[in-house]
Amino acid sequence: MNTHVLEYDVVVVGGGTAGPMAAVKAKERDPSLKVLLLEKANVKRSGAISMGMDGLNNAVIPGHATPEQYTREITIANDGIVDQSAVYAYAKHSFKTIEELDRWGVKFEKDGNGDYAVKKVHHMGSYVLPMPEGHDIKKMLYRQLKRARIAITNRIVATRLLTDAHGNVSGVLGFDCRTADFYVVRAKAVILSCGAAGRLGLPASGYLMGTYENPTNAGDGYAMAYHAGAALANLECFQINPLIKDYNGPACAYVTGPLGGYTANGKGERFIECDYWSGQMMWEFYQELLSGNGPVFLKLDHLAEETIQTIEQILHTNERPSRGRFHTGRRTDYRHQMVEMHISEIGFCSGHSASGVYVNERAETTVGGLYAAGDMAAVPHNYMLGAFTYGWFAGQNAAAFVAGREHAPLDHQQIDAERARVFAPLEREHGLAPAQVEYKLRRMVNDYLQPPKVTRKMEIGLQRFEEIATDIASIKAAHPHELMRAAEVRAIRDCAEMAARASLFRTESRWGLYHHRVDYPLRDDAHWFCHTHLRKDARGLMVSEKRAVEPYIVPLDERDIGSYRNLRIHADEKSQRTHTCALADASA
Amino acid sequence: MSYTPHEILHRSTAPVTIDESKCIADKGCTVCVDVCPLDLLAIDVSKGKAYMQFDECWYCMPCEQDCPTGAVKVDIPYLLR
Repeated sequence: MNTHVLEYDVVVVGGGTAGPMAAVKAKERDPSLKVLLLEKANVKRSGAISMGMDGLNNAVIPGHATPEQYTREITIANDGIVDQSAVYAYAKHSFKTIEELDRWGVKFEKDGNGDYAVKKVHHMGSYVLPMPEGHDIKKMLYRQLKRARIAITNRIVATRLLTDAHGNVSGVLGFDCRTADFYVVRAKAVILSCGAAGRLGLPASGYLMGTYENPTNAGDGYAMAYHAGAALANLECFQINPLIKDYNGPACAYVTGPLGGYTANGKGERFIECDYWSGQMMWEFYQELLSGNGPVFLKLDHLAEETIQTIEQILHTNERPSRGRFHTGRRTDYRHQMVEMHISEIGFCSGHSASGVYVNERAETTVGGLYAAGDMAAVPHNYMLGAFTYGWFAGQNAAAFVAGREHAPLDHQQIDAERARVFAPLEREHGLAPAQVEYKLRRMVNDYLQPPKVTRKMEIGLQRFEEIATDIASIKAAHPHELMRAAEVRAIRDCAEMAARASLFRTESRWGLYHHRVDYPLRDDAHWFCHTHLRKDARGLMVSEKRAVEPYIVPLDERDIGSYRNLRIHADEKSQRTHTCALADASA
Repeated sequence: MSYTPHEILHRSTAPVTIDESKCIADKGCTVCVDVCPLDLLAIDVSKGKAYMQFDECWYCMPCEQDCPTGAVKVDIPYLLR
């Protein structure tokens, strides 16, 4: 295997959603910069939106919502643990991002007057903007990358960040998953946009790659940020999503909701007021799933034929288009059967919950020269539009940061150590198969970390993850492709340890199912109305600490504070609600 | 005493299959190989046709969607079907 040394001003790791935007905006800010977009797959079809997206979940569009209202909504949806400056910065920029995507050719639903056709799905405000033709979004991004003359390398697996004598980031190390060539990429600033940690828990199907997230998003970014010394925020606020059982893709209540679809129990009755994904919503979902009224379904069978055709058109061509095939195989027709749902495996993702690498409103992490954006950056409930927006911030701020800076000298000790670590599995003659180690690790993540969380179980989990570290030291990779999987198992193990330690640190319950601790069942604002930050300290140990929530810049209305806590529909409300739904459907 | 390490390979049916009469890999096409996020497809150089090399499919469909001749079919992996 050869070693290649490359040199760029700004390196963006991950070419899914936030990454392409970051690269384009860095170049736009300073066209003289050398910008590299480094991708594990191929930027044409990589990341969470490889097959497009069916809508924006958090569009803050004048006339429909205000940045203040959105900030208030997300603060409440995330149980108050929010640095509002970061959410507010997103909200103020949200419309500008939409207008830019619109200019780039991304199609959003508009009404007869040419205005954006915003729908209401959240508890309080209206932020959902459908993209019925959103399947081409990656093509639009690729065109912009070419136009901006961004350098792209595909099939490079980044494994570690280089840091200089001052602890600032100074480059990226990785390898080619086809040739096993080693890459040393010098950089004055690095933007991590590697997606969620989506291969943490094992899906209930037992199939390793049957994850909710694109399985390339294995948590590499979380592990790289951690080892570079960056703080990670609120990791115990796991991502757990309501999904189509076995298929494990989103049921898309957001898409069907405005058309009259809803989440129902085994009796076909509504049990939650609002389908917007929050910890509390997942708690109610989980309770219903396990109850005598379970399991849970997406109910569409009451809708008119043309409405169903519209839903099929959107859901079977966007985001997870193989869904139609899955339904056919199970003989599920939206007209006659409800779609059986289940909950996802656990993961980290700030796109949907709040677990990510800490960033401020400039997308800066706690490490000099290191930025993060997208699902892996801790701006709560940020979704795709938040990824684009924080990619934008990261690109522009990284470009400003590198102005006038020189490259740090190469630290050969770091490089040699990483090269030895990365290639060890390829050099072993015998050893464990990466897929088996991954299966066991992720099965144990389920056994010991899946909420409801129990202290003693998580402690046992930590012991098991230590043992897996020993197993990892005897993995054999037969070829470069397996070497990629071996590198990912390491990142997944790091994430598993982070998930356990972060969860043990916060001795209260918060965020509904995401952090329900059976032995600390109550929310404890007196001690835990704070962020938790997890990082690697100077001795190399994984430590957690409390960090105060920044004073709110948008005050909360007393009447709204409880709104996300009272999602369950009670028996006496049901008859009235059924009537309202029938009316809504008639008008659809 | 020493024991000889021995590996057993697991058998699986590929969820992504190719209509070889339509596949134009022999003309230099590598679209499906290029777009697979998980890097699972390859070209069999002896036949000049694409095939699924690794059993790690996310049933996401760029390979099928982007194939210029409609030669690729994605089935849901058996375990999820």
